[in-house]
Amino acid sequence: MSGTVAHTAPAPGVWREFFRSPAAIVALATFSGFCLVALFAPWIAPQNPYDLAQVDIMDSLLPPGSESWTGAPYHLGTDGQGRDMLSAMIYGIRISLLVGLVSGVIALAVGTVVGLVAAYRGGWVDTILMRIVDLQLSFPTILVALILLVILGRGVDKIIFALVVVQWAYFARTVRGVALVESVREYVDAAKGLRLGHLRILFGHILPNCLPTMLVVATMQMAAAISLEATLSFLGLGLPPTRPSLGLLIANGFDYLQSGRYWISVLPGLVLLAIIVSANVLGDRMRDTLNPHL
Amino acid sequence: MTEFIVKRLLQALLVLAVMTVLVFFGVNVIGNPVYIFASSECDQPCLDAIIKDLGLDRPIWEQYWVFIGNLLQGDLGNSFTHGVPAMSLIWQRLPATLELAFCALVIALTVGLPLGVAAGLRPTHWTSRVIMGFSMIAFSVPIFWIGLIMIIVFSVSLGWMPAVGRGDTVDILGVDLSLFTLDGLHHLAMPAFTLSLIMMAMVIRLTRAGMREVLFSDYIKFARANGIRERRILTLHVMRNILIPIVTVLGMEFGGVIAFAVVVESIFSWPGVGKMLIDAIAVLDRPLIVAYLIFVVIMFVTLNLITDIIYSLLDPRVRLGGNSS
Amino acid sequence: MTAPPVLEVKNLNTSFLLPIGEVRALRDISFDVRRGEILGLVGESGSGKSITGFSINGLLSPPGQVMSGSIRLHGQEITGLTPAAMRQLRGAKIAMVFQDPMMTLNPVLKISLQMGDALRAHARLSEREARARSIAALEEVGIPAPEERLDAFPHQLSGGMRQRVAVAIALLHEPDLVIMDEPTTALDVTIQGQILALVQRLCRERGTALIWITHDLAVVAGIADRILVMYAGRIVEDGTIDELLDTPAHPYTRGLIDSVPTREQRGSRLRQIPGRMPALTDIPEGCTFRPRCSFATDACAAPQEMRSLGTRLVRCCHPLTEVSA
Repeated sequence: MSGTVAHTAPAPGVWREFFRSPAAIVALATFSGFCLVALFAPWIAPQNPYDLAQVDIMDSLLPPGSESWTGAPYHLGTDGQGRDMLSAMIYGIRISLLVGLVSGVIALAVGTVVGLVAAYRGGWVDTILMRIVDLQLSFPTILVALILLVILGRGVDKIIFALVVVQWAYFARTVRGVALVESVREYVDAAKGLRLGHLRILFGHILPNCLPTMLVVATMQMAAAISLEATLSFLGLGLPPTRPSLGLLIANGFDYLQSGRYWISVLPGLVLLAIIVSANVLGDRMRDTLNPHL
Repeated sequence: MTEFIVKRLLQALLVLAVMTVLVFFGVNVIGNPVYIFASSECDQPCLDAIIKDLGLDRPIWEQYWVFIGNLLQGDLGNSFTHGVPAMSLIWQRLPATLELAFCALVIALTVGLPLGVAAGLRPTHWTSRVIMGFSMIAFSVPIFWIGLIMIIVFSVSLGWMPAVGRGDTVDILGVDLSLFTLDGLHHLAMPAFTLSLIMMAMVIRLTRAGMREVLFSDYIKFARANGIRERRILTLHVMRNILIPIVTVLGMEFGGVIAFAVVVESIFSWPGVGKMLIDAIAVLDRPLIVAYLIFVVIMFVTLNLITDIIYSLLDPRVRLGGNSS
Repeated sequence: MTAPPVLEVKNLNTSFLLPIGEVRALRDISFDVRRGEILGLVGESGSGKSITGFSINGLLSPPGQVMSGSIRLHGQEITGLTPAAMRQLRGAKIAMVFQDPMMTLNPVLKISLQMGDALRAHARLSEREARARSIAALEEVGIPAPEERLDAFPHQLSGGMRQRVAVAIALLHEPDLVIMDEPTTALDVTIQGQILALVQRLCRERGTALIWITHDLAVVAGIADRILVMYAGRIVEDGTIDELLDTPAHPYTRGLIDSVPTREQRGSRLRQIPGRMPALTDIPEGCTFRPRCSFATDACAAPQEMRSLGTRLVRCCHPLTEVSA
């Protein structure tokens, strides 16, 4: 991510300011930690939870700290199918972050293009695009995602599509707002005077100046997307049971709550909590230090 | 005022028309309508009969008119699993959901407003930091997770609260409500509180931001300079200004609350429309699913309309068309 | 002249206690206002005029704080009063009107309610009595059809009307002292004149003492009996309107008078004071006006005390009256 913003990277003072908050440092460490876990999941996880040959139903519902009958440790216990919770969670983090990140990036791209075009062209193009954005934003995200998934069914691609649909409008409106401010600045006039092409002005001049704001919104939106995906999966609407995200793991454990086997739900829940809160703290801190017009 | 309402009404109808088109095409173009209206045991002759029955051999715009015609008569087909009209099922389940959502709204306001006022009055005090931290967590953490923790703590560990169902209900004007029986309230408390958290977080933020802005305004200084009592200033002069954005946002979010009720109702097995939807999805009761979607869209548009009108009543500047954009 | 002045301010010091340290906003302010007297308080923005007003009526917002000095109302000390006791004075004994009429009235409350609250802050009145007194008060400030205006919201009135309403509210309880903080600055010139005349008439009729705060010497020249000139938190000259305008003793007062355009100067360049007032965090040693003063000498580097020149006071070691004499 740092590569794309390198040429407009904020002054070093901004980063020093960013790290002045202990909460922000903890959040950054937590969040990057989870990203690393997600990236290297196959090498870290003691077990491949998708490989049925490695899962033994005899080991189901073991509490944390147990051992399998073959002697392998289950540090965080096992779930109803005898899967090692630690491994399931590591893979769950991978899927949750993947869905959040991919949907965020696509929504960001779509929203950015729409927002830039609306701001740059103005007139009726702007009016129509923004009316659509307003209409979209007036409906609660969970409702739109719910409707889409009911129609589309389950699947990684489908939930990503649904998350893109509910997110793009936020980016479009934010980018349009910032781009409107930027497009009346002198440098855009200068660029127009040099007869640079529209695309060059948009992407070469206006876009880089929107980046700090977009970074903040993207961070917050990613947290929201991960949370929404978990909610939908919990309802049995998002991902297929073969690729359990954190939300689905929590849902699986829900049936065992009443019998006191709390760990199946609570442990993935804590991880989900940590991811979402750390992403929100990061976003908050970035807004404070980058101080974009939000 | 009448002109304002008529204008908003027309806008709402337009949005409604757009939404029916979207749902119609969602059902008919993206998904296969035959499968949406046919049960999973339907064989080929049965499918053909449904195609003819639905008029799928006719042009698409004609199909849309038929769909709208049925919709206007409140006819959205029969539920497969229950064998009764889908709309009647929704009407039957709706009171439970509305009761839940309404209680959540009341909780959000009665807890959120004082917390927001406290945080706004003393923004640097540690209590205000705690309140804002709470609001951030309530806003960003998925509510199903909070509901789950509440079940673990209050139902499984402590055994204080029932985790499932509505409890005793009492018939009020032909509607069964839990709100007026002790057992019902006992069952209502956890789901309503869980559902209220998102709104509560929003109320806290809006109240605090409003306090910071309004408290330093000239008109509050003027009210103080006239010797008006601080309590009166806070409860009327400040609050009336703060309530305007809060009412608007809550009105807009109430539809969201109905949508989130799906989550809360599934966790606590609350027998409302949301639980009904999840059950319907599980058994692919398609007419019921479509009926729910259409119903929620209509309700949402209506709510937005009502919010706009209430907002205009509260804020005299909008009522006179001062800054309608 | 046995009765004490309505207001006696002695050696008032007000500071803002900021994280960077104490910022002294008012230094050693002393003056009296007598019954029926109109006192003009003149200075640039940031000179401490409004802070003086808020120090008197106890509405300094934190971190502002009166550090030392005495403020007496009818000979009675009011600096140490409890907030409740101060509230009873505000509106009843000391009233204040602010600069921007667009901001002084609460935008979401009817005029009747705002006047009613101000009335009931100091008197037990029924709804009807309050209404009758409000109408009378509005009539007195020259508002046509007061009964209709009473049921209006502020945005339905023009700026001049709103300021008349604000004046009416301030005078509801016939206070002994009214502080007008630039009440005409935001208004058109003709409206400005009307408000000036109105306030002057009402105060003369009732014997109300009036402090008129303004940055514009020309505004108070017509109505004030006495003028205080403030610069960087200090009073630099205090004299009757005639002596101060005819023979200003402080170079800063002279500069202010010279910057008012007059017919006699037509064609010649308007004189102006070079430079700008120092920030309160950055007050120079000795005479604060020294860096901008064309008469400055080495003696000006020493701290300046108030000197008495006949009936007037001036904070300058070489007053212009002596130089020219």
